[in-house]
Amino acid sequence: MTTTYKVMPGPEHFLPPSASSMGIRLPDPGQAHIHGAIVSEEEAMEQAAREFLAAKVPTVFPGPLVLWAWNEKAAKKAKAVRHLYETIKECVDPKLQQAMLIPMPDYRPKYPKINPEIEINPNHPNLTIWHNKIDACMFVGVHCHQANLSLKIIRGGTSCYTVAMCAQAGHEDAMLSFRDATAEKIGRLADWVKKLKGTVPPPE
Amino acid sequence: MATQASFIGQKNKKDQVYTDPWKMMFEAERTPSFFTGSEVIKEAVRRASCDMMVAYPITPQSEAAALCGELFAEGYIGDYFRGESEFAVMSQCAGAAFGGARVFTTTAGPGTMRAMENFPMWAGARLPIQMIVTCRGINSPLSIQPDTLEIAYLMNTGMLVWHAETAQDFYDWILMGYMVSEEPDVHLPLALCCDGFFVTHTKDMVDLTPTEMCLPPYDPYRSPVPCMDMECPPVRMMRDPFVMKSNYISYATHASWQQEVWAAVERSRKHTIRWMNGLIETENTDADVIVVASGTAVSQSREAIALLEDEGVKVGLVKVKTLRPWPGEEIREATKNAKHIIIPEFNVTGWMAREVSATIPNNERVHAGPHVCGGMTMPPEIIAAEIKTLLGMKVPAMAGRG
Repeated sequence: MTTTYKVMPGPEHFLPPSASSMGIRLPDPGQAHIHGAIVSEEEAMEQAAREFLAAKVPTVFPGPLVLWAWNEKAAKKAKAVRHLYETIKECVDPKLQQAMLIPMPDYRPKYPKINPEIEINPNHPNLTIWHNKIDACMFVGVHCHQANLSLKIIRGGTSCYTVAMCAQAGHEDAMLSFRDATAEKIGRLADWVKKLKGTVPPPE
Repeated sequence: MATQASFIGQKNKKDQVYTDPWKMMFEAERTPSFFTGSEVIKEAVRRASCDMMVAYPITPQSEAAALCGELFAEGYIGDYFRGESEFAVMSQCAGAAFGGARVFTTTAGPGTMRAMENFPMWAGARLPIQMIVTCRGINSPLSIQPDTLEIAYLMNTGMLVWHAETAQDFYDWILMGYMVSEEPDVHLPLALCCDGFFVTHTKDMVDLTPTEMCLPPYDPYRSPVPCMDMECPPVRMMRDPFVMKSNYISYATHASWQQEVWAAVERSRKHTIRWMNGLIETENTDADVIVVASGTAVSQSREAIALLEDEGVKVGLVKVKTLRPWPGEEIREATKNAKHIIIPEFNVTGWMAREVSATIPNNERVHAGPHVCGGMTMPPEIIAAEIKTLLGMKVPAMAGRG
């Protein structure tokens, strides 16, 4: 299916369509996508790093698959995620930018509301985005279904740039998505952030 | 935790070797065998590494369900039992799939309808259960005979819906079905339909993969939702449904959830095309007249096309293999030059004609029919006569047949 649809920062619509229904297809192994267009993984690494470095509040959202050491790979990925966050924090201007690490510990709908200071929830992720004025974020270790719910709601109601570091097939509802995530791949993204430090204009 | 790849080459308790599915389906030597459709279901399930089957008797799937019981007795299925009703069966299938099992079941006609509430639940919960639907009449007065009306209801559940023409389709698609529906970006239930009796109770030559090869087991850790956990959606959704809350974000979440199910149906295209060599098959699409059909209507159309060819009338064919995902773009392309599009169906409402009409430009070209239902056969002469009438050719009276 050919499409002119692009997965862009919102707010897009009262109820935005799923990118898949608009003809956006997921990348094959070794590929990634930016705004729905298939690109090489390295191109996506560079773009994601630039988005983090240009954001006022670049944020990493780790989900249950990396928050709990349920196997050796998860523990390694968790360290890599922490390293990425520390790298972003080191590489941005502390006077203008604030890197954040906010977990998505579980998927329970919480009432009357979540505490957006300390967590994000897939059923109302916009609350955390709005409250913390997050303008670029990355999902990692979130189960795919829940990640897609969040990514679409965020695209619908906020202007946040979304990145997905997915361990499976990737996410069309993110503006930029990797697939087959490993600790090594997360480490490479941190390397790109370090490499581009000082080359990206800070936010106004 | 072991991934599927790590099982390849190992043996199960029946000494079958877990085999790379692509090699098993496309490279392994096949043995021609003369089987009924029901027996073919059994042979496919023998090689599918199923953890669980739940059965309930309803014609015409009862034989397949009973044969799968034999498989359990032989040790090829992890667990097998009979539910209290079709509704119970489908609920029990959900329980097993929530727990991370590869699940198989069969149903038909009124059984499908009785269990219907479960199917959108399966899809919403992203449970990759495979259900064989051996279609039969669903309305009163009672009919156990072939009729595909129930497919119309299944098409809006969020399940993948495939429609097999032959026993060979059935055999291959049962095994391929697990490969597609268990992909993490898909992870949806599959309703694999056929026309009851025509496929289930007739014998046909079917090329089987080796008995000593089987699919690698299901890996629930690739699921897009967590395995069963009473604190996590989707289970918690049922205990404390956030959709019951009256606020914007509750509605928006539910809407987004529904969209995600249908997004997963869309994602299945890529995998289905790879495994099944496309969502449709075509012949002679340069003809002025093209028949679009699925299931047994395809076989009857092939015969009709041969009859017409003998009379010098060239007719093309589009065999629709998957109804969900719907091959709209493929059908548009295949019928772009057709002046007349004929859609024969084994049901009274003509759901296939409606789907095609909603898909193509200039849909006045669509001719919905011929239709038969309630167990009637569809002789090829009826399809040929419909086409000839449309072309202004002389047609002998068919009403006296039978």
